[in-house]
Amino acid sequence: MKAANETVGIPAKGAVIGGSMTVVRKKQAAWKTAVNVILQAANVICLLALVLIFALPFVWMISTSLKTMPETMIFPPEWIPSNPVWHNYIDAWNTGPFLKYFTNSVIIAVGILILQMATIIPAAYAFARYQFAGSKLLFGVVMVTLMIPAQLIFLPVYLELSALKLLNTHLGLILPFASSAFGIFLLRQAFMQISEELIEAARLDQASEWKIIARVMVPLVKPVLVTFTLFSFIAHWNDYFWPLVMTTNETARTLPLGIAKIREVEGVATWNILMAGNLILVAPILIVFFFSQRQIIRAFVYNGVK
Amino acid sequence: MTVWEKLRPYSMVAPSIIIFSMFFIYPIFYMIYLSMFDWNFVSPTKTFVGLQNFKELLLDADFRQVLSNTTIYTLLTVTLTTGLALMLALWLNRKGVFHAFVQGAIFSPHIISLVSISLLWSWLMDPEYGLLNWAIGLLGFGKLEWLSHPSTSLVSLVIVAVWKGVGYNTLVFIAGLQSIPKDIYEAAALDESKPWTTFMKLMLPMLSPTIFFLVIINMIGSFQVFETIAIMTQGGPINSTNTLVYYIYEYGFRFFKIGYASAAGVILLGIVGILTIIYFKLLSKRVHYR
Repeated sequence: MKAANETVGIPAKGAVIGGSMTVVRKKQAAWKTAVNVILQAANVICLLALVLIFALPFVWMISTSLKTMPETMIFPPEWIPSNPVWHNYIDAWNTGPFLKYFTNSVIIAVGILILQMATIIPAAYAFARYQFAGSKLLFGVVMVTLMIPAQLIFLPVYLELSALKLLNTHLGLILPFASSAFGIFLLRQAFMQISEELIEAARLDQASEWKIIARVMVPLVKPVLVTFTLFSFIAHWNDYFWPLVMTTNETARTLPLGIAKIREVEGVATWNILMAGNLILVAPILIVFFFSQRQIIRAFVYNGVK
Repeated sequence: MTVWEKLRPYSMVAPSIIIFSMFFIYPIFYMIYLSMFDWNFVSPTKTFVGLQNFKELLLDADFRQVLSNTTIYTLLTVTLTTGLALMLALWLNRKGVFHAFVQGAIFSPHIISLVSISLLWSWLMDPEYGLLNWAIGLLGFGKLEWLSHPSTSLVSLVIVAVWKGVGYNTLVFIAGLQSIPKDIYEAAALDESKPWTTFMKLMLPMLSPTIFFLVIINMIGSFQVFETIAIMTQGGPINSTNTLVYYIYEYGFRFFKIGYASAAGVILLGIVGILTIIYFKLLSKRVHYR
């Protein structure tokens, strides 16, 4: 962009100087401008091609979800189905107890989020603001937890939940994530940046510690809480592994498991029904992403960096 | 200070610490303990076998293939994702609505459930009617079998992982690029440094913490790949895409060999643990250096 503007500027400058510019130089300038325009156009075309690599699979998913089964078996494929079959969505929904899957997904993702808020705010505040014996060791526990992925310990946790009679329950799927090491880590950073004077002022007003936290501190770290909310909700809404491993029947199963199961119910080749079900799972997230792209990207990217 | 005031911080961290101890710290020790037993989950008695499970694992040709599959998958995924992302970041690091749109588009797979991505790509890679075979047909190539052939199955999974991860990596790189102070570029421009020299001598060193961060988290993530395998290939064809977590899952939940599966888990723990320690070691060095 910048380079193009500068070269475009050359003939204009020449015009101000007047007759000092030769015809040859004018030609050279015009040539340079043309090259730049071509480069710009090539750049835009490449950018669009890049977008297509990421957008076309989703377009293809929508297209397939509206086809009849014979239409999915045309090669080379057709992009626009002649008669969109909206019924595929109902068929997908009816392959299993989808209302139950959906409710389970909401209960689990929201339940985890509420408990996390209740546990990480006080913990992060204590680690940021109090000095107490053993705080280093306890924070070490948080840091170690941060580094342990759920995929590593599912077997012993399964045995634990089985002993606690919590398999196939909402609580069993919520409890292991009732606090978040990542959340504590993020919030602690935010609490540490709040100035001491602000808290002293609140203390002088005879406010209790809990009141200070609720009325003064929490509003100040609201952006971090929004970030964490997006992060946690999306992660648990999408989760397939944990509910798969910790359930043996339908009572507590979630939407991703229901979608993955369509294949078993409908057979391998019913791609139209599968893609319709897939769209039910993807659409809410993509819509939320469309409207809050900046916050979501910040939630996932910038917190990953620091 | 009253007793209550002294106890307050402990009461504030207690719920989190209890959760972490119960569901993250204790299970690690429990898994190490279980790895030394022979147990089928149903029987009331566990038989102590010492390191027998580890010995069996390392002698098992299937497990050795699982280890090599996981390593190849990780190396390919990490190199391709990080390398492509760095190039894309240099290209896309510009302000403006259009570039923000492009950045959003390439990032979008990162927030989509792996279930959706796996199902979608199973369909895209369908050997008969898939879009991918049509696309490579346009370029003059013949049809590929993608996931259904052992020679292409693992690479197909790598393609899916790169497609999902490259956008996130790119945006992290862009964040890294934007944190480089502007006056450094100006100084380089004054010195009439060539773009390639500026990149090698200036940007790459400044970006090294970001590169390092991404390589490590991509590695830790790739070593635990599960969802795409469970949905797209179930470890096949002929064991060609079986990886560590899927192997542990199958031995634990299908064959009920808890001790054996735990031993495989301990090996994964070792790998992830070493990567994590390297990460923190180098991280603290960098902090000191600065």
